[in-house]
Amino acid sequence: MTPQLLIFLILAAIAVAGAVNVILQRHPIHSAISLIIVMMALAGLFLLLESEFIAAVQIIVYAGAIMVLFVFVIMLLNAGVEERTNMSRMARYAGVPLAIFLLIELAYQVGAATLSMTPQPAADNMTRGLSMLLFQDFVFPFELTSVLILIAILGALVLAQRREGVPAKGGPEKIN
Amino acid sequence: MVPISYYLALSAVLFGLGVVGFVFKRNIITIFMSIELMLNAVNLAFIAFGRALGQLQGQVFVFFVIVVAAAEAAVGLAIVIVIARNRQSLNVERINLLKL
Amino acid sequence: MNESLARSILVVSLIKVVVLLFLVLTAVAYLVWFERKVAAHIQGRWGPYRVGPHGLLQPLADGVKFLMKEDTTPAGVDRFVYFAAPLITMTLAISAIAMVPFGPRSVRIFGVTTPLVVANINVGLLAIFAITSIGVYGVALAGWSSNSKYSLLGSLRSSAQMVSYELSLTLSVVGILLLAGTFNLSELITQQAGYTRGFLPRWNLFNPTFPQILGFFCYFVAAIAETNRAPFDLAEAESELVAGYHTEYSSFKFAMFFLGEYASMITVACLASILFLGGWLSPFPQTPGMDWARYIPPAVLAITGIALIIGGLRYTNLFGRIVLPVLGLILFGLSFLCSQPGVIEAVQGPFWFLVKVVFVLFVYVWVRWTLPRFRYDQLMRFGWKVLFPLALLNVVLTSLAVVIRK
Repeated sequence: MTPQLLIFLILAAIAVAGAVNVILQRHPIHSAISLIIVMMALAGLFLLLESEFIAAVQIIVYAGAIMVLFVFVIMLLNAGVEERTNMSRMARYAGVPLAIFLLIELAYQVGAATLSMTPQPAADNMTRGLSMLLFQDFVFPFELTSVLILIAILGALVLAQRREGVPAKGGPEKIN
Repeated sequence: MVPISYYLALSAVLFGLGVVGFVFKRNIITIFMSIELMLNAVNLAFIAFGRALGQLQGQVFVFFVIVVAAAEAAVGLAIVIVIARNRQSLNVERINLLKL
Repeated sequence: MNESLARSILVVSLIKVVVLLFLVLTAVAYLVWFERKVAAHIQGRWGPYRVGPHGLLQPLADGVKFLMKEDTTPAGVDRFVYFAAPLITMTLAISAIAMVPFGPRSVRIFGVTTPLVVANINVGLLAIFAITSIGVYGVALAGWSSNSKYSLLGSLRSSAQMVSYELSLTLSVVGILLLAGTFNLSELITQQAGYTRGFLPRWNLFNPTFPQILGFFCYFVAAIAETNRAPFDLAEAESELVAGYHTEYSSFKFAMFFLGEYASMITVACLASILFLGGWLSPFPQTPGMDWARYIPPAVLAITGIALIIGGLRYTNLFGRIVLPVLGLILFGLSFLCSQPGVIEAVQGPFWFLVKVVFVLFVYVWVRWTLPRFRYDQLMRFGWKVLFPLALLNVVLTSLAVVIRK
């Protein structure tokens, strides 16, 4: 049991527990917090694979900006607990076992098929290599993504505006 | 050294959990979060494969996936806000009519 | 052999972590004292004066007060998130200081040579920014979980402000990265060694390729907004929104927010002095003619010791008459210890680092008690329409300068 395997198992357990918690929690904000924990565990796994820049970008952008957006929307919409309707019998007795079986099957098949792969030694300065690739071979997609983000900003702004003449529906009722 | 297949199995499990969340949950924001979970699982798979083949293209692709996920989350959540404002509900079973 | 080496590295790291934790918590407590004294003197009064000599025991009194207050929990809060939010803020604020290098050399602890930094990560700068990004959650979740209108509004405004200025913060540092080519904080400092034009140190503020003055300005303003300090503290000021996101927190949980805010202030000041002011490098050149500059740290210690002795003897009560001169004698003795040839080299780095951090913190506090507060829409407009383009301009000009130099 090398230290790396131990750290991998701990981070993987946290990631899977967080992902299961995303599904099991009833309030969206608890699901959001669990998803943030999953992302941090994944950043730790990226660090274990020696991709430090991507680990930092995952935390800064994914966990630190995209999930903040999710949390803002949940707070603004005053989302409440999901109403408890019992699952249909089909879902409870056939769906959940099939879901668990799907997970086990996926993990086994993917794991078994790639058992022969071994990690190559990491490049000396991965950040430098990554930036060389990004700005030389992949510069066109890079510039395209900036246009994509501009379009997304404009789209979000236009969509979420309140139309003039429509009074804002007041009241602190919880939306669920 | 942890074998690459462990990382890929973990990625598959996370992806499967994302699918399960997408199918079973009723709140539209939670469904959205399951999609983000699937994207994260795919990121892990990309980095693991990139490390297995000794190339950096895996990380480049992860970079782009993160950026596209950001753009998609922004627009998607704006749509969710509009829907919630109009239908007063975040339950996908109530947003099943084309007429507002 | 490998096992014992790994174990000794672990033990040394643990010792460094404990020492750093102790230092940071003490520094945060005395930063509060420092701020109250500076604020008072700016406003023409004395500040804390009675609790201990010149109010030096005031942080202790405040700490005891925080511990003894009644710990209320409002009704209808989301328990888990309510308890987790101040924990997140304080933990992240304190752990960011782990990446900060305090000095150049390696010190020998029980035979193991180790550098004066807890975690010398290759992407240290990015790691600190990552921790700052997650700090937004402390604010957002605190306001949401408090089940109160004022808290929710305050936290929404505060977290929107933090996210906006975080962008300018990271962008204002890109100029330095272009000049240095590395994220490693220790290497960033060692690249600022040397002197241009004979006497001006080659800190990034006075960089010969492109002086990062605009970058420093953008960084400083963005840092003030990022830590929710005046003039950008609309979300938590006393006269607005009750107290913003920490309205419903009492006693120790409020103390955790307080600690978190001051600890992130220290982190930002440390980062400013590393990136722009040369970290632990001395401003005096290392030529043989300037050898006397090496004796400045022990000299400062000696002067403080003598001042304590003389000041203490003027007190009428027993505490002043005995404790203060003893402290002064200890400091005087320490200054002699520091001027020994073995120790004086080790003291240089941390001393100059401390001087620069205290200077940046002084400007921080000075700005708080001098400038009036921004209104929220003015604040957001400033962040997006003025500061962000300025930071971008800095990046463009720096890259032009780097290309022309090549």
